Amino acid sequence: MKLGLVIDLDTCVGCHACAVACKQWNTSGTTGPLTDYDPYGENPAGVWFNRIRSYEVDDYPNNKTVNTPMSCMHCDDAACVTVCPTGASYKREEDGIVLVDQSKCMGCNLCAWACPYGARELDEDSGVMKKCTLCVDRIYDEALPVEERQPACVMTCPTSARFFGDFDDPNSEVSTLVRERSGYAMMPEVGYNPVNKYLPPRQRPKAPTIEKKEAATGQTLIGKWMKRQKDAFNDFGKGAR
Amino acid sequence: MSALPEFEDHAKQTVKTTTCYMCACRCGIKVTLEGNEIRFIQGNPKHPVNKGVLCAKGNAGIMKQKSPAKLTQPLVRKAGTERGDGEFEPISWDKALTLLTERLRKIRATDPKRLAFFTGRDQMQALTGFWASQFGTINWAAHGGFCSVNMAAGGLYMTGQSFWEFGDPDWDNAKYFMLWGVAEDHASNPIKIGLEKLKRRGAKFVAINPVRTGYQAIADEWIGIRPGTDGLLALSFAHVLLKNEQFDWEFLTNYTNSTQLVIHAPGTSKHGLLLRDEEGELQIWNQATDSVASWNASSHDDEIKPALFGEFLTPGAKGGITDGVADCTQVKTVMTHLAEKYLSEEYAPENVAERVGVDAETIERLALEMAHVAFKETITIETPWTDWTGRRHERFIGRPVAMHAMRGISAHSNGFQTCRSIHLFQVMLGAVDCPGSHLAKPPFPKHVAPPIKPAKAMAPDTPLSSPPLGFPMSPEDLVVDANGEPLRIDKAYSWEAPIANHGMMHMVINNAVKGDPYPIDTLILFMANMSWNSSMNTAEVQDMLREKDEHGDYKLPFIVTSDAFHSEMVNYSDLVLPDTTYLERFDTISMLDRPISEPHAACDSIRQPVIDLDRDVRPWQEVLVDIGTRLKFPALTDADGGAKFADYKDFITNWEKAPGIGFLAGWRGKDGDEHMVGAPNPDQWQAYQDNDCFFEHKLPPEQRYYRFANKDYLEWAKSVGFNAHAGPITIELYSEVLQKFRLAGQGLYDGPQPNNDTDRQRLIDYFDPMPDWYVPLEEQRIDNEKYKFHAVNQRPMHMYHSWDSQNAWLRQIMAQNYMYINRQRGLSLGIDDLDWIWVESHHGKIRCQAKLMEGCNPDTVWTWNAIGKQSGAWGLSDKAPESTKGFLMNHLISELLPSKDGERGLTNSDPVTGQAAWYDLKVDIYKAEEGETGVYPEFKHIKRLPDMAESPTVLRYHTHTPVNLERSMEDALTRGHLPTGDKP
Repeated sequence: MKLGLVIDLDTCVGCHACAVACKQWNTSGTTGPLTDYDPYGENPAGVWFNRIRSYEVDDYPNNKTVNTPMSCMHCDDAACVTVCPTGASYKREEDGIVLVDQSKCMGCNLCAWACPYGARELDEDSGVMKKCTLCVDRIYDEALPVEERQPACVMTCPTSARFFGDFDDPNSEVSTLVRERSGYAMMPEVGYNPVNKYLPPRQRPKAPTIEKKEAATGQTLIGKWMKRQKDAFNDFGKGAR
Repeated sequence: MSALPEFEDHAKQTVKTTTCYMCACRCGIKVTLEGNEIRFIQGNPKHPVNKGVLCAKGNAGIMKQKSPAKLTQPLVRKAGTERGDGEFEPISWDKALTLLTERLRKIRATDPKRLAFFTGRDQMQALTGFWASQFGTINWAAHGGFCSVNMAAGGLYMTGQSFWEFGDPDWDNAKYFMLWGVAEDHASNPIKIGLEKLKRRGAKFVAINPVRTGYQAIADEWIGIRPGTDGLLALSFAHVLLKNEQFDWEFLTNYTNSTQLVIHAPGTSKHGLLLRDEEGELQIWNQATDSVASWNASSHDDEIKPALFGEFLTPGAKGGITDGVADCTQVKTVMTHLAEKYLSEEYAPENVAERVGVDAETIERLALEMAHVAFKETITIETPWTDWTGRRHERFIGRPVAMHAMRGISAHSNGFQTCRSIHLFQVMLGAVDCPGSHLAKPPFPKHVAPPIKPAKAMAPDTPLSSPPLGFPMSPEDLVVDANGEPLRIDKAYSWEAPIANHGMMHMVINNAVKGDPYPIDTLILFMANMSWNSSMNTAEVQDMLREKDEHGDYKLPFIVTSDAFHSEMVNYSDLVLPDTTYLERFDTISMLDRPISEPHAACDSIRQPVIDLDRDVRPWQEVLVDIGTRLKFPALTDADGGAKFADYKDFITNWEKAPGIGFLAGWRGKDGDEHMVGAPNPDQWQAYQDNDCFFEHKLPPEQRYYRFANKDYLEWAKSVGFNAHAGPITIELYSEVLQKFRLAGQGLYDGPQPNNDTDRQRLIDYFDPMPDWYVPLEEQRIDNEKYKFHAVNQRPMHMYHSWDSQNAWLRQIMAQNYMYINRQRGLSLGIDDLDWIWVESHHGKIRCQAKLMEGCNPDTVWTWNAIGKQSGAWGLSDKAPESTKGFLMNHLISELLPSKDGERGLTNSDPVTGQAAWYDLKVDIYKAEEGETGVYPEFKHIKRLPDMAESPTVLRYHTHTPVNLERSMEDALTRGHLPTGDKP
């Protein structure tokens, strides 16, 4: 099994719902709390597993805005795991989730430097590295209704831009979406084989228009319409009610 | 798979449902609790509004509950200290309510209008309006006047349904969607859910907005319009539709007043009014007989053939126009007037392009695309239905073009007419309440306009005979005295703003302090930050709140605020009555109010406390019932003065607006098995609690569309009290109501007229009975060479409508705002990212930091609103960026228009509805001098409240000790550091 996320950039409006849902669930989750520093002060900051970045593409007036949520990609070849000196960072054999064993982590930060996606965040208060768990504490919890055994970010997304599933199953929703919508990995060139995929904004065909009529003055048109209703008033108005 | 530990001890958890209040969207939520702590707040999948999803605000509810700015006890301004100095002392609830009641009792017994009661972000206007009516003051309104009354009034005076939260695009069927001036707005999650549905189905999404953020990011086409010109764009669309003969002839004939006859009698009191017969029946021209007939009869009688176009003489005239027939009335169909007006070259794309900031080809193409969808891609829903005349239709015909419009349209002084202009071309396309178009949400549509007149008369110790707010239909309905002067403190429903249906909260402090039209004694504010981001001209409003008369008394003698948090307004209050959070109280979201209905379901909901109170605060609705009972309101007390209701819950259960109709529509009747109408049910609250806190009456399929003319729906709507009668709701493209006001301006109206030229001219200029566009009022009066930029603002999605706490999680996303400028334009002025700049309007100047971006109209600058805070408020430290770098644009906006010689001060509002014209602002921008840094103006630091805890410097919120998932030593040793498990 290879669990991960698909994120649809065609519908992501950058609302931050996923980021806050993640924060909320995980602050009381398996690697919680997600500490906040100076929460009411000069430099409010804290541990987040999921952050939204918004970019503008191209120059005005051809500019586009793309919102890109980024969290751990659960890479197949995760550099963060390779560099971990204590064995705290690991990729689970059974489902491919990359986790940090909080009891083995010494907070050396090597993994955060190794991750090109900025997905790892040190809890400066407890000195332990934290990151997206794919809500491992939700997805297998049989006490939850089946439809809620999903990462908090996926459940909450108001534009259904987030999908969770097994990339090893070619018929899963995530595999199908990647196939049909040309899903792609973020920064494949760095070579870590991210599991999470992004769906590009859709390109729409041009909308058809009504064929343009010959230019006529207003009075000509109104005269024409008056004649039309006079000639065949049975066909208009009430006739076709 | 290796065994997982038990992460959550579900035995220690409980789950309760209630309704979110992080914004005005009112989603259903499921709250998981561990003891009295919140483990998790999630969307309720069964809920009609949000269907399980939840936005960033809703997900941050825990931090609202944990806010250090929560008020903990009633407070009174310390004797001998000045208002605004922030010196408070605790007072018991009993003393606080006695103090307030005594004061109010005197006001009520002498001159009830000396109490003004205005409410901000509340969703309980049915209750607060009821309370004001019972008190007997007309000086009540909620915040709609500075929010989006233009959208409500624009729709209700034309189609009987409106944008805002009173309708929704048909997300399931629309093939073309145009979004006008919407940031997050009403309603947060439903729009997001809907946009995804649209895009998945391949519908085209066009966004019209000067700024490309948020929803505009995922639009297929972004139209970066110049602010305040949307109406001109809409009318240019109408022009293109007419030029290309693309309008729905049947729809216009059957469902609108297009065939009705406008009297042409210049210089008389009849000019521009609609022709009626002696019984008052509206008339049309019957082509079959070449004579007039009643509109009503023509709808029923197939032998009558109404003319859509034409100019006629009646009575007695045969065959068209004959000059010089003295005893005849010259009339022209509404549609002819519309066609003549909008076919004018004035509205041709090439003639509006420069002003609107959109090229002519694009304007024409968009109109023709919509025409294609409406008329070549028509859809049907195969459900037979019956129209109001009794004719059976085999199916619903859909013109699948949908619109939504909000603040960017409404917050201009031409917003009312702009909203009408958008509705106009929707109607021309036949795209109103049909499949794929904009759908009303019950209790809408309503007849144009709802038959409620605003109250005028007041008497001591006497409830009002009608609600303070209503719908004027002619000058007789204005709330003015015999001399034509305003009766309300906000001057709503005066000649200056005749159709101010939501009041004009933004004028209250200004008017009251000036004693214009009169001084008041007490101002009660609920959840309204009127000394900060909810007022125009913030700095001077703070001065007004401190202003004293020659005796040293405050000109606004007594200010009472109910809020849950330490807001800037709390700091300017004399008495502070602390409210609960939304998770700590019972509440109703009523169909008498701003219901949560969906297009095909009438819905309402409740809140229930999910956590226990830990401080000495009371829900405001409970306090209102308590004060009303102490004051012996007739509706709350019996003949001997005893309380009729034990508390708020009891009041909601048993009070009836009309027999069988109360605040909550579900589970009525003695046994709880009657819905919509039924006797009070003593177990009604429990029924809501047992049903996830909401009630949903789904409309049967035959009642779901064309409800303005749908017999079954109209009869049902009457039976449940939504509408006064079951007659058709005729769409009024031509507004006789507006024409009556215009006649009054022209001195021709057969009734009240303004007593001065200023008001007369405004009626002439802005009360066009047909949708119209004019230059926004501020722009008409300033030096546009100097103030060349439009300046607008929006709230970020993760804070929209969530003004009332400085949320520890959400402020990590944004704690400072910038002034955003189109990159190329900014660079041309020598302004670069993070430069300090001056922004100057006719009224004032601010200094702030700039950021450059691509997705911005080049003649527009904008910022995120209400990020800036007064230092010390909201539990924030004095170093918080919200006060050191964040800023308000409000300082640049005057509540009065730039004055003209000899003219009285006029409100900076829409001249029809009194809607605050926030977005009319025009500014100059220039780089600050070297060394000029920091935000300007600066404000005094607000003192902490007594007994308020220090805000924590580190937050480690969690509800239980985390259960770590340990990696086995064997795994660590055998799979090493390599993720794939390969040995090196």
